[in-house]
Amino acid sequence: MQVELHDIHKTFGPVYANKGLTLVVPSGMIQGILGENGAGKSTLMKILSGFIQADRGEIILNGKQVVIKSPADAIKHGIGMLHQDPLDFPPMQILDNFLIGHSGGIFPQKIKAKREFLNLAKEFGFSLDPNNYVDALTVGERQQLEIMRLLWLGVDVLILDEPTTGISAEQKKKLFETLRKLAAGGKTIIFVSHKLEDVGDLCARVAVLREGELVGSMEPPFDNEKLVEMMFGKVIVQPQLQTIKPGECVLEMRDVAIEDYRLKMSEINLEAYAGEVIGLAGMEGSGQSLFLKACAGLLRPVGGAVYVHNENMTGKVYRSFLQRGVAYLPASRLEEGLVPGLTLSEHFCLADGNTGFFIDRKQNLALTNTRIKDFNIHGLATTPVESLSGGNQQRALLALLKDKLSLILLEHPTRGLDIESAIYIWRKLKARCNDGTAIIFISSDLEEVLNYSDRILVFFSGRVSRPIRADKTNVEELGELIGGRGWTKLAT
Amino acid sequence: MSFEIVLIGLATVIISAAPIVFAVIGETFSERSGVINLSLNGTIVLSAMISFAVAVHTNSLIFGYLSGMVVGAILAWIVAFSSISLHQSQVAVGFVLTETALSLAYFLGSPYTNSQGPTIQRVPIPLLSSIPVIGPLLFNADPLTYLSYLLIIGAWIYVFKTRPGLILQGIGERPAAAFVRGANVNRLRYMYTILGGALVGLAGPIFSLGVKAGWKGTISGLDGFGWIALSITIFGGWNPVRAAFGAYLFSLLQWLSLIAQPAFPSIPGAVLQVAPFPLMILTLLLVNISDAEWVNRTLAGMPESTRKVIARILRALHASPPAGLGIPFENE
Amino acid sequence: MLQKQTSRWVNLGFQFLAILVALAFTTLLLVLSGAPPIQAYKELILGAFGSIDNVSNVLIAWAPLLITTAGLLVTFAAGLWNIGIEGQITLGAIFTTWVLRSFENSSLSPTMIIILSIVAGMFGGMLWASLVGVLKTFGGVNEIFGGLGLNFIASTLVLYLIYGPWRRPGVASLSGTEIFPNRLWLPSISNLGISPWAFALGILGILIIYFFLRGTYIGLKLKAIGKNIRSAHTLGIPTWQYMMLSFMICGLFAGLTGALQVTNVYHRLLPYITSGYGFLGLLVAMLINYQAIWVAPITLFYVALNVGSVQLPIALKLDSNLSGVLQGFLVLFVLLMEGVRQKLTRKV
Repeated sequence: MQVELHDIHKTFGPVYANKGLTLVVPSGMIQGILGENGAGKSTLMKILSGFIQADRGEIILNGKQVVIKSPADAIKHGIGMLHQDPLDFPPMQILDNFLIGHSGGIFPQKIKAKREFLNLAKEFGFSLDPNNYVDALTVGERQQLEIMRLLWLGVDVLILDEPTTGISAEQKKKLFETLRKLAAGGKTIIFVSHKLEDVGDLCARVAVLREGELVGSMEPPFDNEKLVEMMFGKVIVQPQLQTIKPGECVLEMRDVAIEDYRLKMSEINLEAYAGEVIGLAGMEGSGQSLFLKACAGLLRPVGGAVYVHNENMTGKVYRSFLQRGVAYLPASRLEEGLVPGLTLSEHFCLADGNTGFFIDRKQNLALTNTRIKDFNIHGLATTPVESLSGGNQQRALLALLKDKLSLILLEHPTRGLDIESAIYIWRKLKARCNDGTAIIFISSDLEEVLNYSDRILVFFSGRVSRPIRADKTNVEELGELIGGRGWTKLAT
Repeated sequence: MSFEIVLIGLATVIISAAPIVFAVIGETFSERSGVINLSLNGTIVLSAMISFAVAVHTNSLIFGYLSGMVVGAILAWIVAFSSISLHQSQVAVGFVLTETALSLAYFLGSPYTNSQGPTIQRVPIPLLSSIPVIGPLLFNADPLTYLSYLLIIGAWIYVFKTRPGLILQGIGERPAAAFVRGANVNRLRYMYTILGGALVGLAGPIFSLGVKAGWKGTISGLDGFGWIALSITIFGGWNPVRAAFGAYLFSLLQWLSLIAQPAFPSIPGAVLQVAPFPLMILTLLLVNISDAEWVNRTLAGMPESTRKVIARILRALHASPPAGLGIPFENE
Repeated sequence: MLQKQTSRWVNLGFQFLAILVALAFTTLLLVLSGAPPIQAYKELILGAFGSIDNVSNVLIAWAPLLITTAGLLVTFAAGLWNIGIEGQITLGAIFTTWVLRSFENSSLSPTMIIILSIVAGMFGGMLWASLVGVLKTFGGVNEIFGGLGLNFIASTLVLYLIYGPWRRPGVASLSGTEIFPNRLWLPSISNLGISPWAFALGILGILIIYFFLRGTYIGLKLKAIGKNIRSAHTLGIPTWQYMMLSFMICGLFAGLTGALQVTNVYHRLLPYITSGYGFLGLLVAMLINYQAIWVAPITLFYVALNVGSVQLPIALKLDSNLSGVLQGFLVLFVLLMEGVRQKLTRKV
């Protein structure tokens, strides 16, 4: 099906997300859409898939103008979208997930649906058990389930939003294979990403978006440097980050065993040294979050011992870790990091570790203003944190950290941030390392793990690799490892 | 006590559980869709009073039951409107409604205090009622009790086995995902909250036209059942069958406290009669204790074999609410 | 600046509208039940302010509701629904009665006994409130349901005491325990029953809460917990300890309410010793959107409605629960109108 978008406009309050975008994708093509976070890619795709409506503009399918009012409408028109975090129902069975949204009589024909599910799975070489539960799947497998479901519903246009984040090399290979097969069969594929190499591998054409506008289009062979320039409007220099000579051991995990109801990990050993950055790689749910929580005292290990500065901290609570200079920055900033409804100055007041009874407003305001300046936060002392942009929220979280820290633990430190914010955050973090702080962070972006870490731990369904030196590995090897391949080689 | 007397007693337990069964299943529907209707305590009392008045005036049981359902539906609509359309706190609105409905019931009901009204009669089901044990236990009751059996089975099949039931689970669990699958999340939430409210509203007349016939103002003894129903909904893990089991358990406790009374002459009767109320609410401890941080910390410190056994028991008892419960949905 | 002022007027307009709607609904209800509305309202006002006796009844009832509502602001600040407040008031009353009974015939001076009994009452309220906190922290039981369970237990306990160990000689009935001798009453002005001490405690209570929530680190930490408990934990606030603290502070206030109900209002233990002030306080707190400056006037208005309605059954053969209906409608429509306002102003 030929998809045409004409002069699409969309604003969110004062922010222009899409500014007169026009794009024509012919049938059977794999169209790439490239742009950094906040460029308006997702908005455009949400408009096409009916999740939101454009303020202005036309959508034309096979030459006929259509109005898409909802995702269900889009499906009726043959357009399906795979969201970055697959929109499914984790506590429910795969087959039920597959069925919800499929129309028919009161009682779903489960036997027929199961047969068709297994046929589709076989066709694409996916191995999914329809009786299993979705919360036992990796993101890659959940994507496979969604793709199957959308095809079952008869879509002709498949939109994929950042599908290669958080999946293994093998899953990526399978995904690309599937997409090529679908395109060859006449389906139209729109592939949204900020990763040049993925777009280059797969797409027959790529359109670049920046600040809500279409700034260019390219067909193979792709000129990566030119694409980068189009994406950012200028040349971005990745700062050369120097490696810091590691100091004393700040955190030691000795034969630690961790478990929750899904995962069991044992015999984890790690020594983290002052000034060092350790990246944790793995598909979501492979155990790296549990590990990080155990480092912070948020989760009690079922075996082994945890030492902070040679002090045995096994079984101690998070606050004791905090008092010994261990800080934890969670992934969801407004849910687990900042308190919506409180202002910046109130946050600094809370984080200050004051001992008095009555609040010293003058001192608090002075502190807040200094920090706002130091960390380049676009906001006032009286600004409620929820009205800050994502980048500013992350900077505020960093600004809230105590001056002297032994260890900073971070979950997805740059998720959802534009490249400049991300670079800023890492510069600040590296400055911390210079002061003798160790950093352990999780990221599903293997490039980030590779670029910023000194050593890397790879997690795969509860298995933890020995620390790998970042300069001795590459994205390909990490991609294999997080998918469970190449571990035997690693052990030797 | 002879076997027959016990059997008759247990049959009464089942009949007096009927209003709670309706209320908990109604609330289960509402909460499954993502809306907490906290107004149950007021709803039940107000619908009991209104339906009793309607039944007195029309001399019709049917109109009585219907009016109870209407009252429940209206109150549920207010909860739905204020939370779904106006984004107000469901707990706040529910609590205000429950208190207002109570006052309203006592205010409007005072002319009907101690009036004579119709009551429902037992209708034994031919054949079934003559089966030994099961017959007198289950099939020598009133039509509403039979309806409650059908409701339990029907609700379970609906939620877990039908297509609309799957969507109901979906809108409560992850509304955005249900939305992209074509569900009109907010309209469905309205629908299920109102439907649930109507079922809760039926609990009122089942009391005032049967189980606790009549209207006696503040001493009608209905204040409290709504809170019980709410806690049984949690105990029931949002599953109609487990919720109904909770309702029968509560009813059984009430009966036991009644027959236990002669054995404890020193404890005033009033005390034993209210005993099941706190007990039932404290059963939530069993369902929820695995959410407490110290439990998980303590478990982590135990040897593996013990840990496994305890964790398994706790997980069997545990019930997780629908993930979208109480959270408004708006497609951006 | 101008915008800020107009939005304040818009707010007031919506609140005024809410009050009108609540009154309209109550009037409709009166018409439907065949009562002359104007006269009913007149009786309500006269019942509250028509005579010195009535006014003093209003003032007597004011202190307990004021104190309860002040305490509830602390749990609300921490995002907690302390529905168990009724039980906490009840326990306060039980502990106060217990001390009064125990020292009634002792050599202690009456002043000393009264002070002891009030302190004991506060302790009792705090104890019961911390049970709600324990159930929540260590049992995972939501405070609404834990609180309700403890409310049931508390009222059962009162029944047990009244019919059991503390029953009046000869007759055990719902009219409660034996009335305490005059010297164990909180000192009051002449024979009107208004106690300056109760008053002072009420005013002091709301002032303490006002400054506590506004200007202290603990108050700010409670607010952070109330708005987002997970973030508060990440920021290093000991969340469960502070939630426990907020329950205990609220319990102290509730216990004081119970103590006043015994020492200044009823002078004995009754089954319905709370007068429903716990739930009424929750309603008032919601009505004023948890702002401490409004507690005093609105609680005064609410107790005036309560006292005023006592006349209704005699004068107009209307049930006195009319006041509860009006009180509920006010909160309901203020909440709804707030939602309407937010919806309308967000669109603009």
